[in-house]
Amino acid sequence: MVNRSTCAYCGVGCGIEIHTNSDGSTSVKGDFEHPANFGKLCSKGSSLAHTLTGEGRLLHPKIHGLRASWEQATHYVASEFTRIIDEHGPQAVAFYVSGQLLTEDYYVANKLMKGFIGSANIDTNSRLCMSSAVAAYKRAFGEDSVPASYEDLEIADLIVLTGSNTAWCHPILFQRIKSAKAARPQMKVVVIDPRRTATCEIADLHLAIKPGTDVALFNGLLNHLQASGKTDAQYIQQHCEGFEAAMASARQAGDIQQVATLCDLPASDVAEFYQWFADTERTLTCFSQGINQSSQGTDKGNAIINCHLATGRVGKPGASPFSLTGQPNAMGGREVGGLANQLAAHMEFNPQDLKQVSEFWQAPNIARTPGLKAVDLFDAVAAGTVKAVWVMGTNPAVSLPNAGKVVQALQQAELLVVSDCIETTDTSTYAQVLLPAAGWGEKDGTVTNSERRISRQKGALEPLGEARQDWRILTDVAAAMGFAEHFPYTTAADVFREHARLTRLNRHSPRKLDLGNLAELSEQQYDELAPVQWPVLDNMDSQRLYGDGHFSTDSGKARFVAVAYSGVSHPVSPDWPLALNTGRIRDQWHTMTRTALAPPLNAHKPEPFVEIHPDTAADMGLEDQKLARIQSPWGSAILRVNVTDSLRRGELFVPMHWNDQWARGARIGELVNPAVDPISGQPESKHTPCRIEPWHPQWSAVMLSRDNLPIPDCDYAAKIRGKHFYRYELAGDATATDLTAQAQQFADTDAEPSVLYQDPRQPAMRSAWLDAGGLRTCIYIGPGNSGIIANADRNWLSGLFGKPELDAIERKALLSGKSPAGVEDCGRTICACFGVGEKTILKAIREHRLTDAAAVGKLLKAGTNCGSCVSEIKGLLAAN
Amino acid sequence: MRHHAVKTESSKPKLVFVGNGMAGTRTLEELLTLTPDKYDISVIGEEHFGNYNRIMLSPVLAGEKTIENIMLNDDEWYRRNNVVFYKGEQAVAIDRVKRQVTTRNGKCIPYDRLVLATGSTPFRIPVPGNDLTNVLTFRDIDDVNNMLQLSRHKQHAAVIGGGLLGLEAANGLRKQGMDVTVVHAYDAILNRQLDKTASRLLQDTLEQKGIRFLMNAATDSIQGNADNEVCGLNFKDGRQLAVDMVVMATGVQPNISLAKSCGLQCDRGILVNDVMQSFDPAIYAVGECVQHRGQLFGLVAPGYDQARVCANHLAELGIARYTQKALATQLKITGIQAFSAGQFDHVPDSEEITFFDGQLGHYKKLVIKDNQLVGAVLYGDTQDGGWFFELIQQQTDISPIRDQLIFGKDFCQWPEQATAPLPAAA
Ligand SMILES: Cc1cc2nc3c(=O)[nH]c(=O)nc-3n(C[C@H](O)[C@H](O)[C@H](O)COP(=O)(O)OP(=O)(O)OC[C@H]3O[C@@H](n4cnc5c(N)ncnc54)[C@H](O)[C@@H]3O)c2cc1C
Ligand code: SF4
Ligand code: SF4
Repeated sequence: MVNRSTCAYCGVGCGIEIHTNSDGSTSVKGDFEHPANFGKLCSKGSSLAHTLTGEGRLLHPKIHGLRASWEQATHYVASEFTRIIDEHGPQAVAFYVSGQLLTEDYYVANKLMKGFIGSANIDTNSRLCMSSAVAAYKRAFGEDSVPASYEDLEIADLIVLTGSNTAWCHPILFQRIKSAKAARPQMKVVVIDPRRTATCEIADLHLAIKPGTDVALFNGLLNHLQASGKTDAQYIQQHCEGFEAAMASARQAGDIQQVATLCDLPASDVAEFYQWFADTERTLTCFSQGINQSSQGTDKGNAIINCHLATGRVGKPGASPFSLTGQPNAMGGREVGGLANQLAAHMEFNPQDLKQVSEFWQAPNIARTPGLKAVDLFDAVAAGTVKAVWVMGTNPAVSLPNAGKVVQALQQAELLVVSDCIETTDTSTYAQVLLPAAGWGEKDGTVTNSERRISRQKGALEPLGEARQDWRILTDVAAAMGFAEHFPYTTAADVFREHARLTRLNRHSPRKLDLGNLAELSEQQYDELAPVQWPVLDNMDSQRLYGDGHFSTDSGKARFVAVAYSGVSHPVSPDWPLALNTGRIRDQWHTMTRTALAPPLNAHKPEPFVEIHPDTAADMGLEDQKLARIQSPWGSAILRVNVTDSLRRGELFVPMHWNDQWARGARIGELVNPAVDPISGQPESKHTPCRIEPWHPQWSAVMLSRDNLPIPDCDYAAKIRGKHFYRYELAGDATATDLTAQAQQFADTDAEPSVLYQDPRQPAMRSAWLDAGGLRTCIYIGPGNSGIIANADRNWLSGLFGKPELDAIERKALLSGKSPAGVEDCGRTICACFGVGEKTILKAIREHRLTDAAAVGKLLKAGTNCGSCVSEIKGLLAAN
Repeated sequence: MRHHAVKTESSKPKLVFVGNGMAGTRTLEELLTLTPDKYDISVIGEEHFGNYNRIMLSPVLAGEKTIENIMLNDDEWYRRNNVVFYKGEQAVAIDRVKRQVTTRNGKCIPYDRLVLATGSTPFRIPVPGNDLTNVLTFRDIDDVNNMLQLSRHKQHAAVIGGGLLGLEAANGLRKQGMDVTVVHAYDAILNRQLDKTASRLLQDTLEQKGIRFLMNAATDSIQGNADNEVCGLNFKDGRQLAVDMVVMATGVQPNISLAKSCGLQCDRGILVNDVMQSFDPAIYAVGECVQHRGQLFGLVAPGYDQARVCANHLAELGIARYTQKALATQLKITGIQAFSAGQFDHVPDSEEITFFDGQLGHYKKLVIKDNQLVGAVLYGDTQDGGWFFELIQQQTDISPIRDQLIFGKDFCQWPEQATAPLPAAA
C-alpha cells in the first residue's frame, strides 16, 4: 500500500510516498509527482522510516507521572485551565506550539486560545525561525505573503543566498539550484554567510560577511543601484511608497569602500556582487535564519526587499525576495495566525478584523490585543504572571535562547501540559500532564511549504498506543471547557474546511490569503487533495504574487522601509571576545527527538561540537577533537573542538540540536543571549558574545551498548544512536576513585564484566559485558589525553553489535579498541545514505586515481542519492 | 675400542663430556659448528639412548608422542662427527692430576678438557616409605617407561608436587586412564610460575579434565603393603589417600656427586665462572648441574645459553660471557596455555596491567617497572608470550605502546620514527 504524504522536516516540504509492505514494515520514497522535490529526498527525508519505531514514544496520557485515561487527562487539563483563568484571568494561560503541527492542529489551538479563552498568548517556535521575515513582508507588502515559487530557483540568472546554508538546511532546493546551474552555467550564485558552508560549493562569489552587518550591505546595494541608475523609477513611482526616506537612510551606508570596511569584506567582492545584482533582471534573493535570527532581523529583511522593490523585482519570473522557512509547516501556522501578534487567517487585531473573526467564530470573548511572544512568554512564566502553559510538539528547554532560564520557568509553572509524540524531552521532564500525540507517519492533515504550497500529510499508520491527533486533543479539551458547540469537528477535513472558509473573509480586503475553493471539499476530495499553492481561486495564477505591482496594503502600494545598520545587541568585549553563531547541521533536525533515532543520520556529526578557526584555536590553546568549555554571560557548555578555516577568525559555530536527551552540558541554547528583534520578537541566536577555553577532564570514556542506557551524570556526555547500538562519549572533572564501580554504574548493571582490562597507573580500565558470546556493552575509561579514548575504533566496535557472536580474534581485540589487523576500518561516515566512510573514499581515490566526485559516486555510490555529501567528497579529492 | 686407540694417537687435545643430556650435547653441537676439528671428542652418557629432547617426555607420557619422535641425535650422528660415544656408561671418578675419567665399567678416558653436564636428579622427599616399590620419579626415558607400564595395571596415582613437572605427570597419567590426585604442599599450584589468579584458572581447567587436587598437603609418610608396594599416603594433618602408585615431582638437585668426589668446588651446584669454567680451568660445567653467581637452573634456555658460552671458550674464541636472563616458562599440557616470564609476583614499585576474560578463562598480567616490561603471566591465550618475553629481555621502553601492550604485537603500533625500538640496555 502507498500513502502520499510530506516530509516531517524542513520547509522545502518534499512529497513522500510511504510504502507499507505486506509484513507491516514501512519504507519511504520521494514522491515523483510532488512539485517540491519530483521524487528526490535528502538524507533526513530518506531516513524517515527509521523514525517510525516505537522507541521513546509517549503512548498514554500521564498525570503527575501516572498513567491516566484520556477522559481523566482531558478533564484535568480543561478544569485546571478553567480554574486558573477563573482565578487569574485569561492572560494567565498560554499555548506554546510548533511549526511541526499541522494546519488543522494550529487552527484549533488558535481558535481555542484567541476566540474562546480570550487571550492571544499563543506563540510558536516559528518565532525563532522566520518571524522576522513575516514582519518584513508585512511591513513591505501589507501581508505575510511570499511572492516567489521554487521554479524561480531554476529560472533566475542570479541567486543570492544570504544567511542560508541551503545545502544542509534545504537540501532539495540546493539540489534544484545546483542542477539548474549545471544546465545553465551562466547562472550565478552569491552566498553571503560568515561561514564558508557547504552551500559555497556552488557559489561564484562568497561574501564572508561580519555577523550582523547585513543591513549595511543591502543599504549599500540600494545606494549603488540608485547611483548607477539601475533603479526602476517608474515602478517605484507607480507601485511603491517611502522610497525617499529609505534612500536617505541607505545613503548613510556610504560607498562600496565604506560598506566593505564595515562588513569586513574585500571591496572588490562587494563591488562584484553589487554589479551582478544591478545588471541581472532575474535576481532571486533567498534568505533564512542568518537574516531572521537577529535583533535587527526585520530590518534586514526589509533592506533586502527594498532592493527588490527599487528594481521592480517582486513576483516576477526568477525575481523576488524569497524567505525560505525552516519548518515543515511554519507557513501553515502563519496562515491560521498561530503567532501571538496575528489574529487569524492573516487578519489583525484591528476593530474590523476582530469583528469579522468574532462573528465567524461566534466568539464574543475574543482576545482584543496581541499576546506574548515566545521569549516574553517564558519570561512571564518565570515571573509568575503566566501560570499555565501548554507546550505542543516543541522543546523550548532546548531551543529558546537563555534556555537555563526557560528551564527555571518550566519548573515553577503552576501547570505545564506537554503534548508530544516523544515521552522524554528536556521539556516534558517538568510537565505535570503528558498527552500522547500522533507522530509523523500517523498524523493526518495539511501543511504549507515555503512556496505557499498546501499538501496533504497523510498517515500510513495507526497512532501508536493511545496517541491522538493534536487537533482532536485540543477539540476535546475545548469541549471539556464548555465550548463543545464551537468545536464540532470529527475529522481533520472538518477543521480544514472551516479554516478555508475563514480565509474567504480576506476577499473583502486586499489580502491574498484565500483558500476559497477548498472550503467545500468532500472528505474524499480532501483525502486526495493534490499539492496546491494559495491563493486557491478560479482563474488565478498563484505561482507568484504581486507581479502586477498590486500589493496587500490599503493603498495597494508596496512600502519601502527606511532601515539603518545598528549592529548586534551584545557586541563582543574584552571579557567576551568571541562571537557565537548557532545553526543546523545536515543530518539532524531541531532537538533530535526524531533524527537521533535514525542511525544513518548520527554518523555524519556524531557529537556536539564547536567549530573554530585554526588561528583562534591556537590563540585560545585549543586542539582539534579535544574538549572545550564555552561560556557566555548566560550559560556555558562543553563541546568537542572542530578546527576549520571555514569560519572567520574570532567566531564560533555550534549546532543548535543537542540537548539533555542525547548529551550533557551541550545545550547551546543556554548560552544564547536573550536579545530579540523589537518588531518580530525573534531572538538573536546568531550572535552571542562568549569565550572559550580548553577543558581538561580528569577522565574520559567511550561506551557502546546494545541497550538504551540512561546518560550518566557527568560533566560531558554525548549519546549517539547507531544501528543495533548506542554510543556514549563521556568525560568528567572529578577524580575517579573506583573505576570498576563507575563502569558498572555507567553500564547500568550489577553483573561482573565478562572481560576486564585494568591499568592502575593511568588510571585506566576497560570492560565489556557479553551474553551468549554477543556483545552487550563495552566501556573504555582513561585519562582525557589517553590513546584509547582518542583512538578506540568506534566504527569497528559499532559493527560488532550486529553480530550474534564475536569470533575469537574480535573478542581478543575488543578491549584494545582496535580492529584486528587485516580488517579494514572505513572511517568517519561521509555518505550517510549509503554508509560510505572517509577512509573507504580516500582509499578509492588513491587506488583508482579518481579525480572527481562523479567517479567516486560511480565506484562507491557515495554522493549519488541526495548528493549533499558531494562537497565533502570534493574536499577529500582536493586534499589528495 | 678401535677408534679409541686411533684417537689417543692423534696429536689433537682431548675433550671429554660427561652427560649427553640437553646442555652437554648442545655444547658439543655449538663447538662442532665453531671448530669441527679442534679436539678429539668423547661423550660418556649414562642413559641407554642417544641424545633426546627431555622436555618432550611429558607428551610421550600423555601418549601424544613416541620416544622416536623426540630423539635429537642418534648413534649415527656421533659417528658422523667423529665423536666417541660411550653409551650407557656411568662416569664414576675423575683424576684431575692424571686428567682421566673412569667409568663404572672400568674404562679410563684421558682428557685435556672436560665438560661436566650431569644435569640433576629428582629430589625424593625425605619421608618414611619414599623408597617403596612403585614410588617413581619423572626425569628420563626409563621413568616414563616405568610409569606407562604401571598405568596399565594400577588405577590410583598420586603425584606429589604441583609444579610444572608434577602437573605434566598428572596429566599424562590421567591421559593413560588413571585416577590421579595431585598432592601439593601450598595453596596454589604452579606457585612459582604463576600468580594466584592464573593458578586458580589452571586448577579449574585441570579439575575439569578429571585431575583431583589435595592442597596444603604435607606428606608425612608413604605406606606400603606386605609386598613392599606403595598403598597409601599419610599427611601431617591426618588426611590419608589410598593409592597404588606415587610420582615424586618435588624438585631436582644438581647432580654433583662426581664433581665433589674429585674435589671440585661445589656449593649446591658446581661453581662456575662467566665462561662456565669450574675452579679447575680444565673442567667446565653446563646445565642443571651448575651454580652460577649463586643461581641454580631448571630450564633448557639457560643451559643452551651456557652451552654457547662454553663452546665459544672451548673453541678459544674467548669473548662470550654468560649472563643470566629472564626466563619464560610454558606448561606443556595439550589444550592448556599457560606462560610466564620475568618477575611477576609482588615486584616492588611495579604496576600490573591486567586483562581478564572470565568466560573464556583468559587472563593476562603484565608487570611494568620504570616503563619497562619486567614480567608477564598469561593464561588461556599465550600467543604473545614470545613477544612479551622479547620485550622483557630487551628492556624496551614500552611507554609509547602501554595502552595496547597487553593485546599483543598486532595491536601495538610504535609511533613513527621509533618503529624499531632499541633495547634500553643495549
Ligand atoms: C619431563 C620433563 C619436562 C621438562 N619440561 C621442560 C620445559 O618444558 N621447559 C624447560 O625449559 N625445561 C624443561 N625440563 C627441564 C629440562 O629438561 C632440563 O632443564 C634440561 O634437560 C637440563 O639439561 P642438562 O643437560 O643440564 O641435564 P639433562 O638433560 O638431565 O642431562 C644430564 C644427562 O647426564 C647424564 N649423567 C648424569 N650423571 C652422569 C654420569 N656420572 N655419567 C654419565 N652420564 C651422566 C644423565 O643421565 C642425563 O642424561 C623438563 C624436564 C623434564 C624431566
Ligand atoms: S529537503 Fe527538507 S522536506 Fe525535503 S526531504 Fe529534506 S528535510 Fe524533508
Ligand atoms: S551522504 Fe549522502 S549521498 Fe550521500 S547522498 Fe547523502 S546524504 Fe545523500
